[in-house]
Amino acid sequence: MKSLEELKRIREEAIKNVEMRNTGKDIRVVVGMATCGISAGARPVLATFVEEVAKRNLNNVQVVQTGCIGMCTYEPIVEIYAHDKKKVTYIHVDSEKAKRIVAEHLVNGSVVTEYTIGSKI
Amino acid sequence: MAIFRSHVLICGGTGCTSNKSQLVRKRFEEKIKEVELDKEVQVVGTGCFGLCEEGPIVIVYPEGSFYSKMTVEKVDEIVDEHLLKGRIVEKYLFKEKAKVEHAEEHKSLMEVQFYSKQKRVALRNCGLINPEDINEYIARDGYTALGKVLTEMTPEDVIQLMKEANLRGRGGAGFPAGVKWSFAAPNKADQKYIICNADEGDPGAFMDRSVLEGDPHAVLEAMAIAGYAIGATKGFIYVRAEYPIAVRRLHIAIGQARELGLLGKNIFDSGFDFDIETRLGAGAFVCGEETALMQSIQGNRGMAKIKPPFPANQGLWKKPTVINNVETLANVPQIILNGPEWFKSFGTAKSPGTKIFALGGKITNTGLVEVPMGITLREVIYDIGGGCPNGKAFKAVQTGGPSGGCLTAGHLDTPVDYENLAAVGSIMGSGGMIVMDEDNCMVDIARFFLDFIVDESCGKCTPCRVGTKRMLTILEKITEGKGTLEDLDELESLANSIKDSSLCALGQTAPNPVLATLRYFRDEYIAHVVDKKCPAKHCKALLTYEIDKDKCTGCTLCARKCPVSCISGTVKNPHEINKELCIKCGNCYSVCRFGAVQKN
Repeated sequence: MKSLEELKRIREEAIKNVEMRNTGKDIRVVVGMATCGISAGARPVLATFVEEVAKRNLNNVQVVQTGCIGMCTYEPIVEIYAHDKKKVTYIHVDSEKAKRIVAEHLVNGSVVTEYTIGSKI
Repeated sequence: MAIFRSHVLICGGTGCTSNKSQLVRKRFEEKIKEVELDKEVQVVGTGCFGLCEEGPIVIVYPEGSFYSKMTVEKVDEIVDEHLLKGRIVEKYLFKEKAKVEHAEEHKSLMEVQFYSKQKRVALRNCGLINPEDINEYIARDGYTALGKVLTEMTPEDVIQLMKEANLRGRGGAGFPAGVKWSFAAPNKADQKYIICNADEGDPGAFMDRSVLEGDPHAVLEAMAIAGYAIGATKGFIYVRAEYPIAVRRLHIAIGQARELGLLGKNIFDSGFDFDIETRLGAGAFVCGEETALMQSIQGNRGMAKIKPPFPANQGLWKKPTVINNVETLANVPQIILNGPEWFKSFGTAKSPGTKIFALGGKITNTGLVEVPMGITLREVIYDIGGGCPNGKAFKAVQTGGPSGGCLTAGHLDTPVDYENLAAVGSIMGSGGMIVMDEDNCMVDIARFFLDFIVDESCGKCTPCRVGTKRMLTILEKITEGKGTLEDLDELESLANSIKDSSLCALGQTAPNPVLATLRYFRDEYIAHVVDKKCPAKHCKALLTYEIDKDKCTGCTLCARKCPVSCISGTVKNPHEINKELCIKCGNCYSVCRFGAVQKN
């Protein structure tokens, strides 16, 4: 080890992986991963959320999966729970929309209204 | 680096491993591959979580679901339901033994009663990282303290910081580490040494084992920091051979640290060299004593030497040496990173920081806990430990192993720290805490510890070699019902002489269990000696088994189970035990379904 910078670089890479094990996160991203969700394409959506959160070092975000939410026609469904805020439900999500949701909603705090269930029904 | 969406952490400490946690791990890896989740779910082997009573433990992140008492049979269901479908398998989760108000809520790990009063500093990484992957240690700020020390601080700065933090030796003696380092630093020598004492000889103690198995790099980093502070370039970890998992993890860790240049020559380009080797013990309790330990490393028989000279001046091969316990070292990197004020912000004024305790004996939650100094015994035993199981009454708690004393229910509100425990006749020791209930005989407990000491005495000095043997003989006499009141006086007088004149701490502290039990449980001794009775109904020679004719239904079960066939009686008629032939094995007592056998 030649310098503290070298150590820092190893640390930043490794932290992305270990960060998942800290509980007590403010924001929960819940991706529907039941049969309906998976057959509608939720797998790549989940993977995109995990990658984007890790890439941007969003330490206060937890990405979890859940079972059938009930509105199977709207899958892939992603629900975002944030402290003291109302739950936001996104429907028909895909990888591209996921990236936008991370950038606008998770990072900047502004809900992407056109993807939410409210704007469709 | 691959990003996984879920981590499955499986405890690989000695306790859970002996309970087949590695088979559980293998099944997880197989099943996850079968359902093609191996690119999304990472299986990680970690160190000890501490709640050993509930092992094998598996924690699934990101949810933090705490699965307890895992078996290979439960794995498939957890993979199918939880990992594949996101449905946590509630029936396999750890259930709080105490009352739970909101049963539907899944408590997060730190809210569970067992963990909520703990403060994990030395154990911060245990159960959270893979100890066999240096990157995970680095992710948790590993080696940043060493980097800071080598690039921004002088050796004097380091010693000053450690002195301010007042980290006291966690091996038992409580001597301030910073002060010890300051004794070794000014000595001029061509070679100095840092030794990590990982012998952990106390029966029932496994604090150091868990740190070594779960976070070995913490110890390596601390030794390098200590080396820089005193001017040593070589470190030895003296670890007992009875810890093969710890030894293996240490070797892996040392190898990985060397590969990354964190051990070896010119670390962080600072000109400082430091390397570490392990040395294995060979089963001697006395080799945990620092002078005997150094003799052992040098290849001699482990026998204590008189001090002075102290190791800081003349230690290993007569060179200045600093010897620190595993737990003491595990605290060092955190103190360097967070500063002495942080360390003093928890604990007590004279004993800052935390202490790891190994809870054992008659306690519901056996396992490893790390608590701030100053917490009361009551909180540790009842709030964290869950009290005595099976509705039995608490009788005593032993702290400090064979060097410590027994404390009573009246002492439960004693805040735990070095001074408070010594004031009531015990010692902090290395952290073993054995809880006893109404079925334990305190005289027999003293005899048990003394038996251990007699076996482990190195034999060099007369007070210990002969004295402890004589004490043991008297205690055996008492538990066999042949003791007299004069024996009690002799026991006490012997104990005091041995304490005063033994060469090393083994002999000096050997009489402690005897003196403490005589002080707080004298009535039990008197019962053994005068009434020839054992109040806890434990000492066989003082027991009689008798059948209550009113309760006996004549089922003949006891007679059939008696190994010496000393119970007579016919079917449907009360039975009788022949006391001359009875060997007091207790079989009849355990098999009788009518409570007719009396133990007196």
